[in-house]
This record gives sequence, structure tokens and C-alpha cells, in this order.
Amino acid sequence: MNFRAVWAIYRVEMARTLRTLLQSVISPVISTSLYFVVFGAAIGSRISEINGISYGAFIVPGLIMLSLLTQSISNASFGIYFPKFIGTIFEILSAPVSYLEVVLAYVGAATTKSVAIGLIILATAALFVDLHIEHPFWMVAFLILTAVTFSLFGFIIGIWAANFEQLQLVPLLIVTPLTFLGGSFYSIDMLPGIWRTITLFNPVVYLVSGFRWAFFGHGDVSVTISLAMTLVFLAACIAVIAWIFRTGYRLRT
Amino acid sequence: MQPIISIAGVSKTYATGFTALKDINLEIRRGEIFALLGPNGAGKTTLISIVCGIVNRSSGTVTVDGHDIGSDYRAARSLIGLVPQELTVETFETVKNVLAFSRGLFGKKSDPALVEKVLKDLSLWDKRDSKIITLSGGMKRRVMIGKALAHEPQILFLDEPTAGVDVELRKDMWALVRGLRDAGVTIILTTHYIEEAEEMADRVGVINKGEIVLVEEKTELMRKLGRKQLIVQLREPLKAVPEALGAYRLELSGDGNALTYTYDNQAERPGVASLLRDLESAGVAFRDIDTEASSLEEIFVNLVRKTP
Repeated sequence: MNFRAVWAIYRVEMARTLRTLLQSVISPVISTSLYFVVFGAAIGSRISEINGISYGAFIVPGLIMLSLLTQSISNASFGIYFPKFIGTIFEILSAPVSYLEVVLAYVGAATTKSVAIGLIILATAALFVDLHIEHPFWMVAFLILTAVTFSLFGFIIGIWAANFEQLQLVPLLIVTPLTFLGGSFYSIDMLPGIWRTITLFNPVVYLVSGFRWAFFGHGDVSVTISLAMTLVFLAACIAVIAWIFRTGYRLRT
Repeated sequence: MQPIISIAGVSKTYATGFTALKDINLEIRRGEIFALLGPNGAGKTTLISIVCGIVNRSSGTVTVDGHDIGSDYRAARSLIGLVPQELTVETFETVKNVLAFSRGLFGKKSDPALVEKVLKDLSLWDKRDSKIITLSGGMKRRVMIGKALAHEPQILFLDEPTAGVDVELRKDMWALVRGLRDAGVTIILTTHYIEEAEEMADRVGVINKGEIVLVEEKTELMRKLGRKQLIVQLREPLKAVPEALGAYRLELSGDGNALTYTYDNQAERPGVASLLRDLESAGVAFRDIDTEASSLEEIFVNLVRKTP
């Protein structure tokens, strides 16, 4: 295992975040605060409690999940796409590093960044609402598992993308709508019958539900199903990455 | 001595169907400077990219110091430093950091003293804390070389190292490359500047249309394939070449003051002595004679033209 190479790539990726600290950290804090002002204070005060939880507190897991998914995808996809775009990928490809080490470094850095942002949003949320985390271990576990899974997904997008438009395509047109429709701001039980059934095909429902269970002790679906679905998506991402590296898809011609 | 790089039966056909390399067989000797010459699109960069692990080969085997580039890629790649043609380097990082990154990527322990030495050798020490984006093209080129040297390679690939570099810097680079060779580093360079190969290479390989046309010691190549010219400065101008000298296929200069005789210096009888005798017999008096050897560039152009 070439740990020095993993560390070298990881450090460069983290240094990029530190160079853009305002954009990386301050921006999610501000947008979370805005969500709380709009949904928590303005609209939330007119919405009754959901399962005995104030609406302001109810949306916290969904808000964190929303940022976690978008940040994991954008950090990991940009991380691997950028060297492809400027051409520095040659150095990674010609170095004595294995594919596993490359994934560890890029996905590790993207995961670190998105988990840090998730925790910052949690801390910001605690300033607005009274939060009590029922299962802290599972909260952290879901946070990390989701960040790793979606960083792997982002890594795949970064390798697949041939231009900046494609890089934005999946996050903007697929992930963001699925997150908004995945129960981030409401319980899927609030939906009429047919829409509730349709929503169950949205994988984000399981992520948000499991994460909400860790906070409040109950979610829209069973926590076991949430965990199983997250692991299935993780396994699917690992399988795709294994195929990419076996074939050299869009990396080695 | 076992070659440091051994390329056997390597071919490359891209997904588009374009065949970039056809059955390449080449051995690079330890410690030599090998110049790979070829016109644009001949396959030079593809060949280098295959050895370095950037491009997959369609068939054939490549070993680097006995390590197969596929099954033993870590050992093979750790010996190689690559300076690509394009100036591709993280623009917002500092010079020192990009060198440290390359060293780490190759699994080498951090060594600030070595990075300092490399930067000083490349006259970049003053720029160590500058961001790459602020550097000139020539400096970026040196940074690329610095990155390749930061992990102490035994083999250095230089793909068009002096493209777009001014004359002074080019000479500095030549001196640097010679210094590396003296330190035992094997150097493979591709270049468009034939004078670069002529100046530095121990051996020359010519590649054209994906095939190795020739591999030869540079001096031997120039001796074998070199055409020489004998220029005879005449006392009195001639209007035409005398018929008695027709067999020599002489060229008369525009002003009629010089005759040029092109001959093969490998021939058993180049014909110089007999020409001088026949000139005298024909009554053509001359005041001076001069000879010129053809350059590697002329040899190269002739070789490439001959390839079907």
C-alpha cells in the first residue's frame, strides 16, 4: 500500500478546500440559516408538530442530508474531473499507485469535507432549534456511510463527465430533485396514497428516513430497510468503480 | 548488459480503429541518452505513454529494469520520471508544493533538502513559494522537469522538453540532461529539434507511421547515412559543366563560380580524387575546395521520405 501517495493526493484535495474556505464552509452555514428563517420561523410556526417534533427540528436531518449529498457528489466529482480537465491526471496514472489508493485518497478527501460541512450545519441548526439526538452512534454512522456512498457516486460522475455541463447534469437534474422529493422537508406519510407509493422508489427517502430515525427514534420507513438500501447503493457504486478501473474507462485509452 | 527498457512486439490500436503503433521492438540501454525522432503523429508520445502506464497497449510486452509494466507496475513506474509535452501542473499550488506532491505520489519520504537541490539546479529556488500561475512558460517547463526529478527516477522521459523554450534555457536544459546522464540516469527524449538529438543523443531511433524505421548509434548513423558534398571554387566562371565530367553529376552554381559534387562517404571509391584529376584534365582550374557533411536533420528527412 502506497500510503504516502494516498496522503499526498488527500492533502492536495484538502488544501483546495482551505483555499476556498469562504465558499466551502460559510456558504452552507448561510444557506442553512436561511432555511431555518424561512421554513423554521416563517412557515414552520404555522405547521403543526410532526410525530411530536417541532417542524424546525424535524427538517434538520433532511437539511443535513441535502447538503451531504450535494457536497459529497460535487467534491468528489470535481476532485477527479479537475486533473482530467487540466491534464495533471497523467501524473496519477504514471505513478506507482493502485486504483484502490486513488479512490481512497479522492473519496476520503470528499467524505472528510462533506462530513465536516454536515457537522457545521448540525451546529448551526442547534442555534435555531432545540435538538436531542436519540441514537448518536447511528447518526454518525449514517452521516459517514452516506458521505462515502455519495462521494463514490460523485467520483463515478467525475470520471464519466466529458465537460463541465455533464459534471453538473446529474447533481442538478437528478440528485437535487430526488432530495427535495425524498422527505427532506416533510414526512412521506403526509402524501396522498399513490404519491407515497411512488416516493418509495426514491432512494433518498431511505437515507433521510434512516438519518431522521437516528435523531428522533422514528422515520418514514424501518431503519433496517434504510440501512440496507444505503448499503445496496454503496455496493453498486463500488461495483461500478471496480469496472471503471478494470477497463480504464475514460482514464486510460 | 541487460537493457533498462525492453519493448517487444508492442502495438496500439485505439477504439476509433486508428493504429498508432505497429509491432514495436526497442531496447534502451542503461545510462544512455536515446533520442526518439519522428514527424507529428508518428507514435512517439503513444509509445512513451504506454511505457509510463498512461495508455494501454493492444499487444506486446514492456519491461522496465526487468519489471513487467502490467503485472509489476509499481516497481516499473517507481523507476520512471516523465516530463510530458504539455505544461500541465496545478496552477494554484506553489512550486515547492508541487514538487513535494510528486515525491509523495511516488511513495518517497519527504526530503526538503533534495527538493531544494532540484529547485536550485533548475534555477527555481527563488520561485519556490510562487504560485505556478505566476510563472513564465519556460519556468513552468522547468517545474515539470523538477516534478519528474523530485522522486529520483533512474529513467527520465522527456517528451519535447525544449518546445517553446528560448535558446539560452535550451542550452541550460541540455547541460542539465547531460549532468543527469553522468549521474547514471537513462534519458529518453523525443524532439522536433533535430539539433537537440544531434547535440545530445548517444543513440537515435526514428519512428514513422507507428513503426520503428531505424535505431542506430548517432555517430554511426551520421557516418553511414551521411552524404558529403565537395564544393570546388573555380578560378574562372563556367557557363556549363564540361561533358567530360558528366559522370560526376556536378551542380554548377548560379554565377558559374562553384561546382558541387555530392558523394557517399561510405562508398569504396567516393570519387573525390578522380574528380580532382579529371577537373585538371578538362582544364578547369580551381582556387579552393571545401567539404560539407549532411546534418542529422537531412538524414532524418531522407529516412522519413523513404518510409512507404
